[in-house]
Amino acid sequence: MTFPLDQIFVVAKQWMRGYVPPIAWPVTSAILSVVPILIAFPLLFAITTLLERKGLGRIQNRYGPNRTGPWGLFQPIADGVKSLTKEDIVPLTADHAVHFLAPLLLVAAAFLAYAVLPIGRNMVLVDLNAGVLYFFAVGSVVELAVFMAGWSSRSKYSLLGAMRAIAQMISYEVPLVLATVVVIMQAGSLSTVSIVEKQEGYSGIWLHAHSGFIGIIPHWFVFTPWGFVGFVLFMIAATAESNRSPFDLPEGESEIIAGYYIEYSGFKFALFFLGEYLGMFATSGMAITLFLGGWNAPFSFFTWIPTYVWFFAKLLTLIGGFIWIRGTLPRLRMDQLMNLAWEFILPMAILNMLVAGVWHFMPGGPLRWLVCIVIIAIPCVLLSRRLKRKKKFEIRTYSFAN
Amino acid sequence: MTVAFFILALLTVAGTAAAMGLRNAVHCVLALTLGFAGVAAIYLQLDAQFVGLTQIMVYVGAVAILAVFAIMMTHSPGPAKPAAYSSYWILGGLVAAAVFAVLAWAIHSDSASLQPLPVQPEVTVQQIGDALMHHFVLPLEIMGLLLTAALIGAVVIAMDRSEEPK
Repeated sequence: MTFPLDQIFVVAKQWMRGYVPPIAWPVTSAILSVVPILIAFPLLFAITTLLERKGLGRIQNRYGPNRTGPWGLFQPIADGVKSLTKEDIVPLTADHAVHFLAPLLLVAAAFLAYAVLPIGRNMVLVDLNAGVLYFFAVGSVVELAVFMAGWSSRSKYSLLGAMRAIAQMISYEVPLVLATVVVIMQAGSLSTVSIVEKQEGYSGIWLHAHSGFIGIIPHWFVFTPWGFVGFVLFMIAATAESNRSPFDLPEGESEIIAGYYIEYSGFKFALFFLGEYLGMFATSGMAITLFLGGWNAPFSFFTWIPTYVWFFAKLLTLIGGFIWIRGTLPRLRMDQLMNLAWEFILPMAILNMLVAGVWHFMPGGPLRWLVCIVIIAIPCVLLSRRLKRKKKFEIRTYSFAN
Repeated sequence: MTVAFFILALLTVAGTAAAMGLRNAVHCVLALTLGFAGVAAIYLQLDAQFVGLTQIMVYVGAVAILAVFAIMMTHSPGPAKPAAYSSYWILGGLVAAAVFAVLAWAIHSDSASLQPLPVQPEVTVQQIGDALMHHFVLPLEIMGLLLTAALIGAVVIAMDRSEEPK
């Protein structure tokens, strides 16, 4: 199963490590593992900004960037140079230390999440036995960075944006974690590597000819009722966590201009941008690891393609989905946002845990599929009808804040 | 007692000390968060992954956010106010020293601390889960009930009063 091209990076790391004395091996291997991540994902960020602007341009019936280089390909470089040479403006009354630290903390926390993502076979920085827990623990630091940015700017818009962002992140963190629980229940492990290994293998047909076994349905968790529901809920919550449209209220250009990073300029602004996209890639990577089979190939006759290629192909597909959704859906209202989280996604996530239990204890076969689909479908319809009901709005009075 | 431990201990002590000494309430919370993170890192350094990560998730992700939210709601952002140093700091220092002395004496005189440490057991998250689900299932359920009651209480307090209960 292991092909030379698949393990080329692992072999290259071993080979490069061979040039230093054994006492420096831990440090060298750490550097050799971290540096590619520090290069690859910001590079992916640069590509994504271009793809996003091009894609949104197409959706909105315009060209998008097309002046720098052929087809506007050098646009990310131009953007980078621009943000580096721009003046760094800090408001006079801002809290300088916190204002400076906020973007750094955001980017550092975003990078930390990549430590447990298995990018390919044998290609994970650390295989913690509480890997999924680590991922969410690191993710919760982002909220603090957002608060620091919003508060230290001493601007009403920043503070409003930060309050919105934190309220949204806290609300959607609960369903995000609960949507993950089904996978942990089924895989029986919190380690990302063993979750991916549990999704290896295919269902398919035997051919007597030279080709032998052909697997067409991979054993990914998304191809089960609980896995599919978990994946959809996870992606909705992930969109909200990364403050992307249609959940981009914290930025809300038309209401609060740019939210918590309005007072940032130049490279610090670029760092916020980077941190936000890195967070989106990391949650997408986690969704791939948990539901889409990690680095596994979709068909058994494609296993000759290196595993890291599959990981990045899946990641780019999800990014494409994010861009498509951003170009398609309008922004939600604040009350719709909260109602969706607490009245629809959260009950569905809890129900999904029940479904995962039923799936585990029922014997395999069509009946199991039917029972699980019925358990999901009926509450889903009822809850969404409840959400659609017209709500009366009144002026709110606050008991403890004025 | 490695270099990593000393760095983390220094970070934790500096963070918590700054939390007491700084003048701005938000700075205090941020410094305290640094202390929490330092403690979490010490847990992780001792290979207690579950405790360390839960410490980050609960204290950095929830408690610190709750504290800053409370400050944002109640304080208006403005120039820092003079710190509320107590005039009883000599008395306070004496109490702190006495508590430290008693604790140090208790630990030192305890026979358990003098015995050599047993071989470090390999505790995985799975074992913790097994223990919670089999041996400690009743305390876990009671804790869950207590937290649910607290949650309902919080909702009742925050509920709109002008509306008549239906």
